[in-house]
Amino acid sequence: LLLLSVICSPQNYPLYIRSVPTENELKFHYTVHTSLDVVDEKISAMGKALVDQRELYLGLLYPTEDYKVYGYVTNSKVKFVMVVDSSNTALRDNEIRSMFRKLHNSYTDIMCNPFYNPGDRIHSRAFDNMVNSMMMQVC
Amino acid sequence: VLFQIMELCGATRLGYFGRSQFYIALKLVAVAQSGLPLRMESLNTVKDLPLPRFVVSKNEQESRHTALYSSDADNAASYSGVIPPPPGRIQVKKGSVSHDAVQQRTSTDQQESTSPVVSPQQSPPTSPHTWRKHNRHPSGGNNERPLAGPGPFWAPFSEAQPGSSTSSDPIWSGHSPPPHQENWVSFADTPPTSALLAMHPASVQDQTTVRTVASATTTNEIRRQSSSYDDPWKITDEQRQYYVNQFKTIQPDLNGFIPGSAAKEFFTKSKLPILELSHIWELSDFDKDGALTLDEFCAAFHLVVARKNGYDLPEKLPESLMPKLIDLEDSTEVGEQTGEVGYSSSPAEAPPSKSPSMPSLNQTWPELNQSSEQWETFSERSSSSQTLTQFDSNIAPADPDTAIVHPVPIRMTPSKIHMQEMELKRTGSDHANPTSPLLVKPPDLPEENKISSSVKFTAGNTVTDGYSSSDSYASDPEQIGSTVTRQRSHSGTSPDNAAPPPPPPRPHPSHSRSSSLDMNRSFSVTPGPQQAGVVAYPPAVPPRPQPSQGAGPHVHRPVDAEGLIAHTSTSPQQIPEQPNFADFSQFEAFAVSGVNKEEEDEIETHSEVLQVEKPSDSASSLRVAKADGRVEDKAPANVPTSAGKGTTPLAPPPKPIRRRLKSEDELRPEAEEHTQKTGVIAAVLASQPSIPRSVGKDKKAIQASIRRNKETNTVLARLNSELQQQLKDVLEERISLEVQLEQLRPFSHL
Repeated sequence: LLLLSVICSPQNYPLYIRSVPTENELKFHYTVHTSLDVVDEKISAMGKALVDQRELYLGLLYPTEDYKVYGYVTNSKVKFVMVVDSSNTALRDNEIRSMFRKLHNSYTDIMCNPFYNPGDRIHSRAFDNMVNSMMMQVC
Repeated sequence: VLFQIMELCGATRLGYFGRSQFYIALKLVAVAQSGLPLRMESLNTVKDLPLPRFVVSKNEQESRHTALYSSDADNAASYSGVIPPPPGRIQVKKGSVSHDAVQQRTSTDQQESTSPVVSPQQSPPTSPHTWRKHNRHPSGGNNERPLAGPGPFWAPFSEAQPGSSTSSDPIWSGHSPPPHQENWVSFADTPPTSALLAMHPASVQDQTTVRTVASATTTNEIRRQSSSYDDPWKITDEQRQYYVNQFKTIQPDLNGFIPGSAAKEFFTKSKLPILELSHIWELSDFDKDGALTLDEFCAAFHLVVARKNGYDLPEKLPESLMPKLIDLEDSTEVGEQTGEVGYSSSPAEAPPSKSPSMPSLNQTWPELNQSSEQWETFSERSSSSQTLTQFDSNIAPADPDTAIVHPVPIRMTPSKIHMQEMELKRTGSDHANPTSPLLVKPPDLPEENKISSSVKFTAGNTVTDGYSSSDSYASDPEQIGSTVTRQRSHSGTSPDNAAPPPPPPRPHPSHSRSSSLDMNRSFSVTPGPQQAGVVAYPPAVPPRPQPSQGAGPHVHRPVDAEGLIAHTSTSPQQIPEQPNFADFSQFEAFAVSGVNKEEEDEIETHSEVLQVEKPSDSASSLRVAKADGRVEDKAPANVPTSAGKGTTPLAPPPKPIRRRLKSEDELRPEAEEHTQKTGVIAAVLASQPSIPRSVGKDKKAIQASIRRNKETNTVLARLNSELQQQLKDVLEERISLEVQLEQLRPFSHL
């Protein structure tokens, strides 16, 4: 169900992209890119509450496909974006939140690595494994 | 073929790959590889079989392999031989599970050859066992021999399983698992890899299971062999000692941590690629705290050594390298052992079931570890998250865009406004120096200034606001706000005027104000006199016991400031606002008479003095003066005071002026008033020294101060109106700036 996970840096370039191999991946990439704008909007709108788990419902409810894009932003403006197929995930907001939390935790683990320079692409195998397990689990 | 071999070596009979079985299997593999018919007799006849070629590689492995067969010791040798080629093996393995097994072996072999650590653990018996599983489950857990190989082996195995295409594949595809095990033994042998390749056809899961099994077996073997390295990943004593010594060179305390940066430098010296070092770090930093304990360090060092010797990095931290964390150990051991046990117990049937369990175990094990670590590090995480929040706030200021954003909230608080004023002044005035010192001052100062400024505006309030604003101010040193900010601050403060009296215990705000006053002074030249007076005031801050006295201090402050435009932002602490107020007005008058420039200078010094002074009143008054100065460009927030100040340009006697200045500080936002105030301040300051003397004449002083206060009131009222005018103008400017900001935000907000 989880189709795509993207981690974007504060400068809005992707640090990590992991998607379930499906068709039209590029379309999802584009969707994520456009959703970044919405994310920025929400960031600026929020005053103090900088850590926000928000829901981006794009409304692209095609008969053949309907998916939701969820966003999450850390305090350092690192954005996590997830695209989920909404066939079953209509109400699983808590699950989405927990997934973001896990993503965030793994991301902080990566940050702890002194060999990782913030802003680099993320190549960590452990992180990949975590994301994979998460995506598999959701599916 | 593999199956044949397995059968031949009796593995099936035993149900597991005992050492002998393993050896036999390996031999059979070699036989098969050499094209000889698989028969038991062939083993005997072909003694000098070339080592089974598990991996395409090393002939020496073959030789080693034979040696292995001859003796267990040879196994060690073969392991060592195997060790070197693990990398190669790994690739070969891609094709098969057996590769995994082989790789493990080979890696072990290699390890042995390359480093003393190599544990000749190729306990064939166990490996055969694992082999079988490996054959079926490419992933087999050769975790037991967490040779560098196993990990990578497994991975490639699982991935490459379907596509094992190594040369040995054909050979091994038919082989039964046992051959793989043989390969295990003869790590050096390529056959293992080929066997592994054969394994490939097996399910990927099998691989994992096999892997785990293999690991189990290997561990058993390791234990059995009790060679120097039972576990390919195990650290020998010599190595451990070396690691510990290295640790000491970095961190003398063996119980302490090596910070990430130091570890990074240290491991970078090993000239491994950063990516690998990053992976090593991920593996070894068990508690994910960004620092390495002794155990973690040894594990990392060991991994580096292994890698440099050609071993591939494992996906998961080998058991022997796990830091000795109690809860983790249990979980890991449990995981490992269960996996192993599971495997060994029912090799034949279990494999399929095991495989799923093994992988899960493998997964759970690290998860357990991680979870336990996470528990341990939870606090760290939370703290890190907290730091995240703080971090973000820190970032914000750095970001010019956010800096711009910040002023907005600042606006709400008087201190912020004050800060803004200061900034405006800063930008507006040529007195960069004055402002910079102020800015440079510890955030407290700006905060205080803000507070004071805010206080100025409101007779007593906003101390908190001031602080908050000062916080924002501090965080946004770049706030330039210029006039806009200033206006904002002013406007902010003016509303604050209405706020309740500033809490008494807030000396700081006054101080901050004093500093802010300095800023203001630097910014605003007009209120100069007042501000100067105000500024002077704070530094003076002499005792402010009574209202009259209070006025004195106020006055004093401006006097001290003399050059400083003591924003007679009445310090919030001024409890007796009224007297302060009066003083303030006096001060304003004083300031008016003063010179703006002087004020500014004074303000600077004054601000410093202010900080020292703390007398809330004086500080506030000074601040106000400053604020007034600052406000000059903006609408007068504290119009009342400022007005008062303005109206009492030096007219009131110094003493009263001082006092008034204090109040004026609170009130005076206007520049004009500031100037007045500076003058007043100067006068006040001058008179301040006399104030203490007047203690004796309190009554008289009180009466005089009352008179002066009234005069100051009028002055301040005038000043207030003027400042309000300025405030309006400044607000307009701010609005325009904000609009511009909004336009620019989309681009710069990030």
